[in-house]
Amino acid sequence: MSAAPILAAFRQAFAEAWAGGAGALLPLGFLGGAAVLVPLGIGSDTQTLKAVGPGIIWVALALSSLVTLERIFQADAEDGTLDLWLQTGAPMAAIAAAKTLAHWLAAGLPLALASPLLALMFQAQASMDLLIHLGFYTLGGLAFFFWGGVGAALSATVRRGGLLISIIALPLYVPTAIFGALAMTGGIGSDGAPMLLAASTLFACAVAPYAMAAALRLAAD
Amino acid sequence: MTTSTAPLIQASGLAILRGERVLFRGVSLSLSPGDAIVLRGANGAGKTTLLRMLAGLTRPEAGEMVRAAPHHWIGHKEGIKPQETPRGHLALWAQAWGSKADIPDILEKMALTRAADVPGRYLSAGQRRRTAFGRLLLEDRPVWLLDEPYTALDAAGRTMLDAVISGHLRTNGAIIASMHDAAGFPVTNEVTL
Repeated sequence: MSAAPILAAFRQAFAEAWAGGAGALLPLGFLGGAAVLVPLGIGSDTQTLKAVGPGIIWVALALSSLVTLERIFQADAEDGTLDLWLQTGAPMAAIAAAKTLAHWLAAGLPLALASPLLALMFQAQASMDLLIHLGFYTLGGLAFFFWGGVGAALSATVRRGGLLISIIALPLYVPTAIFGALAMTGGIGSDGAPMLLAASTLFACAVAPYAMAAALRLAAD
Repeated sequence: MTTSTAPLIQASGLAILRGERVLFRGVSLSLSPGDAIVLRGANGAGKTTLLRMLAGLTRPEAGEMVRAAPHHWIGHKEGIKPQETPRGHLALWAQAWGSKADIPDILEKMALTRAADVPGRYLSAGQRRRTAFGRLLLEDRPVWLLDEPYTALDAAGRTMLDAVISGHLRTNGAIIASMHDAAGFPVTNEVTL
């Protein structure tokens, strides 16, 4: 088997992520907007903001990752590209994973990179911790994109499927959100949390592509 | 291209359900090198569904099918992205399929030289069709599955497409096309749904 179709799928998806609707700007705007609303809602007390900051950023990251996901497979089903990818002979799971990874690079990684700025807004100390947290957000964001990809594949032929994607994907986000927040707040049982966060991301990357492939084959049938 | 006369596609007793309704059943066909089969039928008779079945996209409800050779697929939807130019589209699929074809030459054959660098969202329906047909020339594959190939093509486009199809048939290629009009290439068999 040649890797050429998988690379081509990655290239096309990356180009589409930037051409289709401002690339990272839309989810970044959503992330910023959602996070900025919180201090306005709960007041500017430093201790309170410090306490809720990491949790709010996780929620904002989860929601803003959903913003771009509607496009990854629905557009392919509409314009006939999905039919072509299904006929390349390459495993559809690998193609789906390549497309998801391309969209994560275009939109998900910028989201994670913006998170330390938001943390500062929530009164976090500027320290090495911010970089470690950046790593956690990057890992968690990857899992969000792969689980969201399953929702996107399942609703590929559904008009206005954005809401459906959220309903399918949000329950799958739960382990990532739990371990991610636990790893940062340092509460009881937080020692193993970074490892569990990494494990949940690895699980998503390993399982989600097969679910996406099955859903996409069904969408084309 | 293959020189044997073993069937490239052999299908018998194909049937499909759409919802509660039987769209068609008992469809059999055999495609050998050099054959051109035309699918006939009213709108909604199942021509597209049968073609999707032969392409491996849709699973038949009943029947048997052997697909012995690689195929090209030209569906109703061309598979061109809004930001993709004809040149970019052909380059992408050349990369995906590992083809070393001369893309400027294909663009010229499809009369797309002037539109070669226009993004997909600005292409006319006919130009989109021509871009999709360009994929046929990227790689030598024995079977072409064409869904209403004449749609949106002007007279020159039809003549061009007829010439490309006739050339494919002469070199022992084979096609199955759904069509409403008379074909401009030698037809060996018609299947009515």
